Amino acid sequence: MLKIWSMKKEQQKAENSDGGAAGGAAGGPKKKKVTAAQLRVQKDLNELSLGTTMRTDFPDPDNILSFILYIEPDEGMYKGGRFSFTFNITPNFPHEPPKVQCREKIYHPNIDLEGKVCLNILREDWKPVLNLNAVIVGLQFLFLEPNASDPLNKEAAEDLRNNREMFKRSVRSAMMGGSVRGEGFDRVAI
Amino acid sequence: MSPGPVYPSSEPARWKYLDRIRTRPGPFTPQPFNGETSAKYMDKMKILVIGAGGLGCELLKNLALSGFKNIHVIDMDTIDISNLNRQFLFRQSDVGKFKAEVAAAFVEKRVKGVKITPHNCKIQDFDEDFYMQFQLVVCGLDSIEARRWINATLVNMVDEELDDTIKPLIDGGTEGFKGQARVILPNITSCLECQLDMHAPRAAVPLCTLASIPRQPEHCIEWAHVIAWDKEKPFPQLDKDDPEHITWLYQKALLRAQEFNISGVTYSLTQGVVKNIIPAIAATNSVIAAACCNEALKIATNCAPYLGYPENNYMMYSGNDSIYTYTFKHEKKDDCPVCGVSARELTVDPKWTLQELVDSFATRPEAQLKKPSVRAEGKTLYMQSPPSLEAQTRPNLEKTLAEGLGLVDGQEIGVTDPAFATVSFKFKLKFT
Ligand SMILES: [Zn+2]
Repeated sequence: MLKIWSMKKEQQKAENSDGGAAGGAAGGPKKKKVTAAQLRVQKDLNELSLGTTMRTDFPDPDNILSFILYIEPDEGMYKGGRFSFTFNITPNFPHEPPKVQCREKIYHPNIDLEGKVCLNILREDWKPVLNLNAVIVGLQFLFLEPNASDPLNKEAAEDLRNNREMFKRSVRSAMMGGSVRGEGFDRVAI
Repeated sequence: MSPGPVYPSSEPARWKYLDRIRTRPGPFTPQPFNGETSAKYMDKMKILVIGAGGLGCELLKNLALSGFKNIHVIDMDTIDISNLNRQFLFRQSDVGKFKAEVAAAFVEKRVKGVKITPHNCKIQDFDEDFYMQFQLVVCGLDSIEARRWINATLVNMVDEELDDTIKPLIDGGTEGFKGQARVILPNITSCLECQLDMHAPRAAVPLCTLASIPRQPEHCIEWAHVIAWDKEKPFPQLDKDDPEHITWLYQKALLRAQEFNISGVTYSLTQGVVKNIIPAIAATNSVIAAACCNEALKIATNCAPYLGYPENNYMMYSGNDSIYTYTFKHEKKDDCPVCGVSARELTVDPKWTLQELVDSFATRPEAQLKKPSVRAEGKTLYMQSPPSLEAQTRPNLEKTLAEGLGLVDGQEIGVTDPAFATVSFKFKLKFT
């Protein structure tokens, strides 16, 4: 009754250049299909440009939806530190952004003490056309240009705004594992 | 006063006008058309409704009243008191019962001759064999994830040799005064994954606004949800359906709101924000469900041209600023990870090493991949990059496909190559 069948035939006639048709006999045990999210992440991972300052670590290589990114900035105030972020990607990727969290307690205006990151493309400005590379570029940028106008750590943002030199010294001391304003930080200096 | 015509029961009268529509050709009816067989076909066909919520109630009622006789409905949810304002098949005494079951029983009782089979479970609980029994699928879902799943399943089911493996998917969706109805002919027209950009990802407030300058009650609730919860972890895992958890968030949000002099934080707003509930408007559901149902009727009987082929496949409706509707053709995307790449058959020797398989992609005329990365679902076979993953998967290159890596005949693999940034490939292994 549905006229789709005849349409389908027409369409195939128009496209008949196409080579190997899929299909094959039905039956046999059900095989797991490659999901759209997984295929997209696979592609995104292939396109990561990590350069010399970043590397990845996959605790389970079979699960590419969960990994750690290490960043070692080679310039700016955070130079000399090693920072790591967990990436957790949901099956709804790329409709939803990846969930990214800093694993160390660091002194940074855009990263809070629990590791939450204020980066627009991880939340309000995420779009499915963005890829994982856009996210790592964004993270890298946060270390080069900490931004006092989007504070997640209000104290750090105030310090950056009020006295840039003192802020720099506080960053150094926090990276060495010291305290700033009575708050202790993780040692990330290498 | 002369009495009207008397029917043996009220039932035949109920279908009288419907039969005029589905058995007689109209000015736009595609030819050839045989009304008699159309109606008979409809009596026999099996149609699946996914979702028995706001849209689902409307869909079930409309489909039954449009003459569909054999309907199945899937919904895993139970009835909540807050559903009763628009999900009109439910009564207060039904609170706590399964939506699919109550909706099916209600419509069966009201419309004689229709059989509705409820399934109180997730769509993911069924496999292709289940979905294969239907001729038409109508979705009234509120989750993108569920939509993507059923879309991928229906696209994957298409076997080019077998016509009746193509199951038209009619999808309805609403958000406040806005909505859409669309028809997907799996593998033929643009699929839901192709159209993913039509769904704006949920509007999120910048994290720093939540953290430092909340202005609205919603900001306080989101703060409690994404920041306070993680910090204090009152329960190991947030369960959005647990009143105790919502109460915790509500109280946190309330304190935060008081601190910033913001009013309007309530328990139900907390629940709405946390569960990302967009206020549903009953009448928008009616408009969209009616459009979906009419398309189902036309697809089933061919009594008039329908949405989906060859041109227009998407109808958007907006009541935000007066009324605006627009029907257009959403193009199929060549690089769609679901329908743009149908899995091609790949004949391989199970005794091949993975290296041999990887090398073979370079010479295959349809692929010509110089740096292919290869994965099966749940198993990373070989990734050319990033370097750490390359090192971890390199040992796989020496292993044989069947024995060494555990791949089986008919298994699907995904292949990507940075040289083809926009395309990925899927292959179905065929062992020699
Ligand atoms: Zn598609």
